[in-house]
Amino acid sequence: MGDTTLVEYVPLLLEGLQITLLLTLLGAILMFVVAFVLGLASRSNRTWLRGIARTIIELFRGTSLFVQLFWLFLALPQLGVRLSPLLCGVLALGLNYGAYGAEVVRGSLNAVPGAQREAAIALNLSAWHRMRRVIWPQAVVLMLPAFNNLLIQLLKGTPLVIAISLVDVFAVGVAFRNAGGDAVLMFLVVLPAIYLLLAYAMTFGMTLLEVTAKARLGDGRGLRDAIRNLRPGADPEGMHVPAGAGGVR
Amino acid sequence: MTWDWEYAFDILPRLLVAFVQYTLLATVLGSLLGASLGLVFAVVRQARVPLLTQLLTVIIEVVRSTPLPLQLFAVFYVLPLVGGPTFEPLVAGVVVLGVHYACYYVEVYRAGIDAVPPGQWEAATALNLGRRYVWWDVVLPQAIRKVLPSLGNYAISMFKETPFLYLITVPELLYTAQVEIAGSTLRYLEPLTLVGLIFLAASYPTALALRRLETRLGSDAAV
Repeated sequence: MGDTTLVEYVPLLLEGLQITLLLTLLGAILMFVVAFVLGLASRSNRTWLRGIARTIIELFRGTSLFVQLFWLFLALPQLGVRLSPLLCGVLALGLNYGAYGAEVVRGSLNAVPGAQREAAIALNLSAWHRMRRVIWPQAVVLMLPAFNNLLIQLLKGTPLVIAISLVDVFAVGVAFRNAGGDAVLMFLVVLPAIYLLLAYAMTFGMTLLEVTAKARLGDGRGLRDAIRNLRPGADPEGMHVPAGAGGVR
Repeated sequence: MTWDWEYAFDILPRLLVAFVQYTLLATVLGSLLGASLGLVFAVVRQARVPLLTQLLTVIIEVVRSTPLPLQLFAVFYVLPLVGGPTFEPLVAGVVVLGVHYACYYVEVYRAGIDAVPPGQWEAATALNLGRRYVWWDVVLPQAIRKVLPSLGNYAISMFKETPFLYLITVPELLYTAQVEIAGSTLRYLEPLTLVGLIFLAASYPTALALRRLETRLGSDAAV
């Protein structure tokens, strides 16, 4: 191999890692916002609101993340709107996975048994309290595993930004190879290890949230049990909402 | 600059050819490879072949947790360095998509196999059927029928990830639009919008059809 060593590239890798983490974090925040707004809107009684939400969801789910990324970066400027590469990356990741997340939110809310809602009405709870205190806490428990999958999908989508001139950790790896570094070490050991670690960290965080959310419902399945089942098994459609969550896909 | 219809109609045939020749082809071959490999993985796991099962579990975990672009690079650029085979870009793409999705399919099959009532296994044992017959003629036909819509949904996912093959220079739809067409005209709006519309026009009706199939098979046992 050439004379480029991995040690020389450690600072660059750390810089790239920052971009990867920044993209993931901002993309995830946007994903949650988009998912909740579109998910709630797609359950609205107002036909026009539901129509708009469904159109946006299908548009972003149906056109492929990479195409959206290029569209924002290359096509949008021709319409007079020029965004920074980072913003393009965050928007594409957040909107694409947010559209998938909207289906998770909708499916989970629909999966809360109807009797819960009826009981809340019978107790004369207001619409706000019904959602906030009865429906939502139960739906969240159903949502979290699916959102964990989406988060990992989002992380796995970040290397695409190499195509719009952002230098994330994957792009640093590519640069390392182009400079004559040990590609085997980089692509079969270092980068997989980094992404595996990030995926596990994410799953660990989401599992903690899930345990907390379940404890609130009085289902204390214990942290130890949860950690034993720790697996970041990402799923491209975020489809792990339990059976009965109707039409999550 | 605004939308130019003439340009759009001009490039549409080239885009459609790239779509059929590469995007669809990669999806079909990748899905076939993924579905068959996933089935093998699922049966190996279910049969608890010692060592092989544990090894497979680790491989599946790593493949599922690392990005597709990384795997594309690893197979296309790095594997030949360690004495692995040198693939054509399209072949490398199909292999990576197939193996990547096999690791998702394995869970789908597992759910389908788990959903086959234990009585079926017991009946097959009582009839003294050989292992091969139990799998091929009793369990798998029931399991696969149940998970057909899920398999289809993953095929759609794969379809939407074929643009990733751009990274290893497969001249699929996105590559054709962005590099081959817009690379010389420097007009990106029309080709990239058309690419999005073509993806939407292909994936949305397929998704609807699968949803209908799902209702008809009543397969809420699927993943």
